[in-house]
Amino acid sequence: MPYLGDEHTVRELRRALSNPNVQADHLRYRNTIHRVIRVMSQGQDVSGLYSEMVKACATVDIVQKKLVYVFLCAYASLNPELSLLVINTLRKDCSDHNPMIRSLALRNMCNLRLPGLSQYVQQPLTVGLKDKAACVRRVAVLGWAKIHTIQPTTGIDVAVVNELYGLLRDPDPVVMVNCLRALEEILQEEGGVAINKPIAHHLLNRLKLCDVWGQSEVLAVLQRYRPRSEDELFDILSLLDPALLSHHAPVMAATLRLFLSLCSTLPAVCMSALERVRGPLLAAAGSTSRELRYAALCHIQLLLRSEPGLMGEHYKRFFCGYAEPPYIKQNKMQVLVELVNDDNVAMVLDELRGYCTDVNTETSQTAINAIGSIGRSYTDRCLAILTGLLGLKQEHITSAVLQTLRDLVWVCPQCGDAVCSALEGWEDNLQDSQGRGALLWLLGVYGDRVTGAPYLLEDCIDGVRSEVSAEVKTELLTATLRLFLSRPAETQDMMGRLLVYCIEEEVDMCVRDQALLYYRLLHCGIEEVRQVLQGGRRSDPSLGPLIGRPPEPISQWASSFNTLEPLTLGASTVGNSDPATPKPSTLTPNTLTSNAEAMTPTPGDPHLPDCSSGALSLSVSPALTPEEFERLWLQLEKGACLEVCVACPVPRCSPEGLQVALQLVNIQTLAFTPPNTHPWRVYLYTHTSHISTKTPHTLILAELLHTGGEGEKEEEEEGEEEGEGEEEGEKEGEGEKEGEGEKEGEKEGEEEGEGEEEGDKEGQEEGDGEREKEKGLLVVMRQHPGDQTALRGFLSVLTTVLHTLSTHTA
Amino acid sequence: MISQVFILSSKGDHLIYKDFRGEAGKDAVNKFYEMVTALTGGQPPVVMKHKELHFVHIRQGGLYWVATTKADASPFTIIEFLNRLTALVKDYCGCLSEKSVQMNFALIYELLDEVVDFGYIQTTSTDILKNFIQTEAVSSKPFSLFDLSNVGLFGADTQQNKVAPSAAATRPIVSSQGEQGGKNEIFVDVIERMSVVIGANGVLMKADIEGEIRVKCYMPSCSEMRIGLNEEFSIGKSQLSGYGAAVRVDECSFHQAVRLDEFDTYRILKVCPSQGEQTVMQYQLCDDLPTAPPFRLFPSIERDSGGRLLMYLKLRCDLPPKSLSQELSSPDQSAELQPKNKAVHWEIPRFPGGAQLSALFKLEVSGLSAASLQEVGPVSLSFELPKYTSTGLQIRFLRLSPIQPGPSQRWVRYVTHSDSYTIRI
Repeated sequence: MPYLGDEHTVRELRRALSNPNVQADHLRYRNTIHRVIRVMSQGQDVSGLYSEMVKACATVDIVQKKLVYVFLCAYASLNPELSLLVINTLRKDCSDHNPMIRSLALRNMCNLRLPGLSQYVQQPLTVGLKDKAACVRRVAVLGWAKIHTIQPTTGIDVAVVNELYGLLRDPDPVVMVNCLRALEEILQEEGGVAINKPIAHHLLNRLKLCDVWGQSEVLAVLQRYRPRSEDELFDILSLLDPALLSHHAPVMAATLRLFLSLCSTLPAVCMSALERVRGPLLAAAGSTSRELRYAALCHIQLLLRSEPGLMGEHYKRFFCGYAEPPYIKQNKMQVLVELVNDDNVAMVLDELRGYCTDVNTETSQTAINAIGSIGRSYTDRCLAILTGLLGLKQEHITSAVLQTLRDLVWVCPQCGDAVCSALEGWEDNLQDSQGRGALLWLLGVYGDRVTGAPYLLEDCIDGVRSEVSAEVKTELLTATLRLFLSRPAETQDMMGRLLVYCIEEEVDMCVRDQALLYYRLLHCGIEEVRQVLQGGRRSDPSLGPLIGRPPEPISQWASSFNTLEPLTLGASTVGNSDPATPKPSTLTPNTLTSNAEAMTPTPGDPHLPDCSSGALSLSVSPALTPEEFERLWLQLEKGACLEVCVACPVPRCSPEGLQVALQLVNIQTLAFTPPNTHPWRVYLYTHTSHISTKTPHTLILAELLHTGGEGEKEEEEEGEEEGEGEEEGEKEGEGEKEGEGEKEGEKEGEEEGEGEEEGDKEGQEEGDGEREKEKGLLVVMRQHPGDQTALRGFLSVLTTVLHTLSTHTA
Repeated sequence: MISQVFILSSKGDHLIYKDFRGEAGKDAVNKFYEMVTALTGGQPPVVMKHKELHFVHIRQGGLYWVATTKADASPFTIIEFLNRLTALVKDYCGCLSEKSVQMNFALIYELLDEVVDFGYIQTTSTDILKNFIQTEAVSSKPFSLFDLSNVGLFGADTQQNKVAPSAAATRPIVSSQGEQGGKNEIFVDVIERMSVVIGANGVLMKADIEGEIRVKCYMPSCSEMRIGLNEEFSIGKSQLSGYGAAVRVDECSFHQAVRLDEFDTYRILKVCPSQGEQTVMQYQLCDDLPTAPPFRLFPSIERDSGGRLLMYLKLRCDLPPKSLSQELSSPDQSAELQPKNKAVHWEIPRFPGGAQLSALFKLEVSGLSAASLQEVGPVSLSFELPKYTSTGLQIRFLRLSPIQPGPSQRWVRYVTHSDSYTIRI
């Protein structure tokens, strides 16, 4: 930053520095130098004073020396010749009796960063490595790394490298860590410092002596070490275990990263490590430092990708504080969406509802988005909140709600009715183009059910001249055409006007081309239009909950844990709580169609029967309590009872996923065993009624039972040893503990075995078909009053859901 | 590893700039300021990237503390390092402000030189650093009467004789010999942060406490300190016994220097504090508070005939009343409408326990409808409760062994802050 009187200050300072009176007076000299540094750190160029400062370097006053070194290091590259003069003083200081002076000189000698000086520096550095003061050794060790960076081409002497390896056993822990750091830099081309068993064990044993910074660095280096045996691995893990609970976030994070890399083949151990760090991570997420909070939140999101239930009961820790900055609030909401389950959904929604009216518009939009995402599983509650928000008549809220509704009906078409009734009698004039686009999309799709749709569209068409956003215009074209299909009489005239305007007067080529396309399409006949615009328009009702991400394997994100990546990722996806949200508005109708096709299940897949149109309808109300269920179950034991073996594997999705999927077809899950247990049971019930025949309602109770016979278990283990699904995880972990000897070979060949793993997985999928019989589920159903057709109907619904689930998550 | 560290004022003035590895140019400073000021409100600013250079920064004392790195470093390490750096600067300079950083730039350069070498963190322990740091701190705040108005910041009460001098906690740890006369002081602060959400129906929806015991030591050498906590202190739910008089926390972690050999039986922490400030224990308690939340609000929001919004707020403090507070005159409250934040700011300088205050706000709102009543709220309280811990954690005793030669003073202070205290309407 140029200051006024730049020249003048430098001249004045030079006069002061070279004034013999000043030089004679200790304090005055120091004060003048003080002023030079001050001017320098304010950003002024004072490099002209270099020669005066070189003279000031020769002093006994340590404070003055330090100040001068700050100056010299900053400007050395501009004055390489003059710097040669400093070297003499520095070399003299290197043999001073005071270790502090020695380390100071040594450090700054390397910090001058002049390639020409390295010949003078090497000798003091070699001596420094053997110095009796630890502080000098620390500096000397890093000095070699500095030399290497200044002159990367001339390699460091092998003898020095060996000496550095030897210094790993230095009594001072900082010297040890510095050696690691220096070797990492010097041997970068060879892949860094070699970590063999003795070094690794030495480092692990000395870990406790290091401070937190050293610890986290040592832990990072240890990632390269591969234990030779299971025993060694578990010894290391138990040594590291307490560090997982460290209340220093850097140590905790580095330890977890090391855990994940050591146990990449033991998912069960990884999972339990994740459980262990939950406490410290939550503490970091509530730290006083908001930056640390943010870092912890970003990493919690990573963890949740693999273990969605990890923080479930701690959801309240992610409620936003009033004074928190928006970026933390938005991050917390993203986490909250992941944590929703049956127990906390009411509280979470209540809390999110409170954020919707936040003063910060981005925060309120994120809150509305979050409610929309929860709406995929808890549709009714969320719709009630969202439509309630429309009543506030706040521009930015309304716009966000409309966008959210648009995204929601796309995944959950069953909420169409609620959206239609919200649009009924719409009169707001939205300014925001995103919101307007969403409104138009909704009007186009649900135009047949909203009475006022043509009038709303007409207003837009009349105002199309003043419309600036091309996106809104394309949306308007599509919506008008769609409405024309359902209500031709009311729409024809304005559609004509719109097409004429868009083709004749519009300057945006995209809009014009689209209008032309529609115009020509209309020439082809109404059936073609219908096919293009409505074919596959509605998404499959089963997609909503099933699209829900299955837990990712830890290996997906382990490499980015404790790096800057999760934090920068958060920056790019802010304001869009779910990057996977389909954005129909930005798609032209053609891509929309193809997109919809891709999303519907492939022909081979069984489709879910549409329960509303079928002859049999299921309903979950009146609800049954577990006690009632049990009583009825026992009572009906002798009554209508049917046992069927269904050829269907155990769904791999989480219990919650299964529950949501079954709820969608109106089957209530009452209880289930945890995913990996044998036998695996689920208890369900539903009420059935026939729409056509008016037979009385019947109640069906059912138990899904997967016993997992002996023979099957063996096969599973064989086939899925390398599998990474969490289901196999625990079993595998146990198996490995028992049979360490056998598996050792595999461990070692793991690096090159990645491709193999892939192959294994594929093989496993193929094998699924063969094993289906053994993996079949036993369905025990009891019914009151008996009705065979209802029972069969129920069974077919149930099996389709199970099939769909297993094909989607396998 | 860290490439550069720099400190900028909120206006973008360069205060401190130190390049450790020579990897990035000095223009990075201006680039950073450009980027940070260009951020829109909602964007998370903590980590920013420009070409190959990552900027990690924190904001403390109204300043930007920035570290740049080219390698993919651990965010936790860099953020914690910057936090530690601010703590060190605070320890050495007394307080964190643009002025104190400006006045002590030489000291901060010296600190940075010793703390980081070639981008690697060497040590941040004050015990080691005090041997190396030669420059003396320039106290940016000479004694002034104005300081006295801040008394009470850490729970010191002016009405009492034994007042911990609040200025003491903001003076540099390494003070010049003449001025402070080698005062041997040690402060143990129990600081709790509450985050509470109370629903519209008055039901407590969330109550979390994050607490810590912080030791600030001015003694040049302190051999061992024993901190005795309540004997009935228990961690986790399983240990709860008796009639619930126990002081309970969910999770608890200690500084690695704390020795816990007497903790299980006698609840005694043994620590050798180094000079400066450090947190010896952190604890959390979720949802299950032993006492009722300190403040309750009884709001009523309505529309009057003139289309104005009426907010009648009655706020009650449920803390046990103290006899002292009776003497105080009625608090001089103030209220202000902040159109920018769309908020009414009601300031209550002093709120005695057991008292109840009320306020009526009338607001002119254009286009007021029944629906806009729903938009009112939440009420957020920010307060500080001196001499109060919501968990009930107390320090029974504080012993130094061996007994320090010369006069030494030990202070124990309790304070509860509101991290976030939200009441929905």
